[in-house]
Amino acid sequence: MKWSNIKYLVLRRFVQIALLVLYFGGNYWGWRILQGDLSSSVLFGTVPLSDPFAVLQILATGALLGANALIGAAIIALFYGVIGGRAFCSWVCPVNMVTDLAAWLRRKLYIDKIERKIWVTRNLRYYMIVIALIVSAVSGLAAFEIISPITILNRGVIFGFGAGAGLLAAIFLFDLFVLKNGWCGHVCPLGGVHSLIGKYSLIRVRHNSDNCTLCMKCKEVCPEVQVLGMIGKRSEDVRKGECTNCGRCVDVCDDDALGFHIRNYISK
Amino acid sequence: MSNEAKKPRISERRRFFTDLAHHAGLGVMGALIWAGYAQKAKSSPLTLRPPAALDEEAFLKTCIKCGLCAEACVNRPQNIDKETGRPRPGTLKMAKAQDPVTVGTPFFIPSDVPCYMCEDIPCVPVCPTGSLDPAKVTNPKTGELDFRMMDMGLAVVDPNSCIAFWGIQCDACYRACPLMDEAIRLEYDRNPRTGKHAFLKPVVDMNACTGCGLCEKACVTEKPAIFILPRKIALGKPGAHYVKGWDKKDQQRVSERVGKDVTTHDERSKENPMDYLNKGLEF
Repeated sequence: MKWSNIKYLVLRRFVQIALLVLYFGGNYWGWRILQGDLSSSVLFGTVPLSDPFAVLQILATGALLGANALIGAAIIALFYGVIGGRAFCSWVCPVNMVTDLAAWLRRKLYIDKIERKIWVTRNLRYYMIVIALIVSAVSGLAAFEIISPITILNRGVIFGFGAGAGLLAAIFLFDLFVLKNGWCGHVCPLGGVHSLIGKYSLIRVRHNSDNCTLCMKCKEVCPEVQVLGMIGKRSEDVRKGECTNCGRCVDVCDDDALGFHIRNYISK
Repeated sequence: MSNEAKKPRISERRRFFTDLAHHAGLGVMGALIWAGYAQKAKSSPLTLRPPAALDEEAFLKTCIKCGLCAEACVNRPQNIDKETGRPRPGTLKMAKAQDPVTVGTPFFIPSDVPCYMCEDIPCVPVCPTGSLDPAKVTNPKTGELDFRMMDMGLAVVDPNSCIAFWGIQCDACYRACPLMDEAIRLEYDRNPRTGKHAFLKPVVDMNACTGCGLCEKACVTEKPAIFILPRKIALGKPGAHYVKGWDKKDQQRVSERVGKDVTTHDERSKENPMDYLNKGLEF
């Protein structure tokens, strides 16, 4: 296995696990590097960071929020909106490791090939955002935050796992046996929010169709295949916000037809 | 038979409305299930929250479940075990799915780990959303955080199982109380059974008690005879119309109320009661 074929995968796992270690250390050893969890944290004891979707749901309940939560959400939205794109989903979110494992097993076990297909729209996540906000307003409880496997896994690592681990197992089985890339690619409203936030970000995957040999390895590994519509046809950026910038397509491409680029808004 | 006859033709307009109904129906179905779960996911009314927490309803709305309060609690300097150099278990726990508390929100169980009432109250200022509101524990006179203003619950004594009420000498809760003689005092009483001994009964002052739970932790009975309940559960409410005639403040409350909130005038008051026979009025 060549380093160039796993580079971004290894880097992503490193970032994901390092963040979990920092969060864990924040609670267990009292490190003041990254305290809190993915819903809201404090960086270096000063910079507030908050999940914009959680803040949105709290606002939907009609509650007033402390300034730190609002500033934190703005910082996160600005970072992903300008730079990272939907990178939260593939570089930060710990559930990504669970669903990536399910997707990998699907390929190894040929489940894709024999399974009876069910079709679910990938726009479900956007409907989930709307429903989550409505339910938050009606129930007076940030609706996604009480079922979110992301925070359940994240808090599980930091504060200890409870019965919520069952939900993670359910999502793993759902992705493995029910729907390919089911959770991250169809259902998760936080992924939907990051798709919307990151749509115009600077970091993009760019395709060079001159180098492409149409091997389609990229489409096999991509968790959001619909963003790779230009493969072999046009040389252009992946423009859809649903691309998680995971770089898996860049990894598997042996023909140098895919790579990360800074989007050029000025010329052209 | 042609294909046309087998398959009814679906016009664009019909497709649009069917699609719309389909999506709306699925959305409503999902929202109903979700909202139903959200109602069930709310915490038990017996949940004890961190100091300076907003009312449960507002607290559930605003808590972002970040755990900064629980981290500040476990990592406070005075919680470090001098022998091991490691923090002892913190008071605040983050609710797991199996707890009777909304998942991810902080709470505490005094009989496991009570609140030690830190003077600097480290758990409150770190809250990013204001679910824990520093104003609730800020002394208006000094403008500083004051642990005496904490209000997590109220200690309640069960006189049937409290052995001090039997006449056995025990002042464990009294001595454990960080506000000794304020929040818990001992009431001396004659023990008529022996005729020569005293009862030393623990009595809780509802205004001074913060609900820290050190008494519950210290209680010697198998299941604590003094325990913390949220104030909403522990306290009754007599209603505004009961007045303490011997209490000047309560008297003042009534005199302030008259003419402002209470009126005895209604439509019938326009008529003279003397005319009730002449006009056939009903009073």
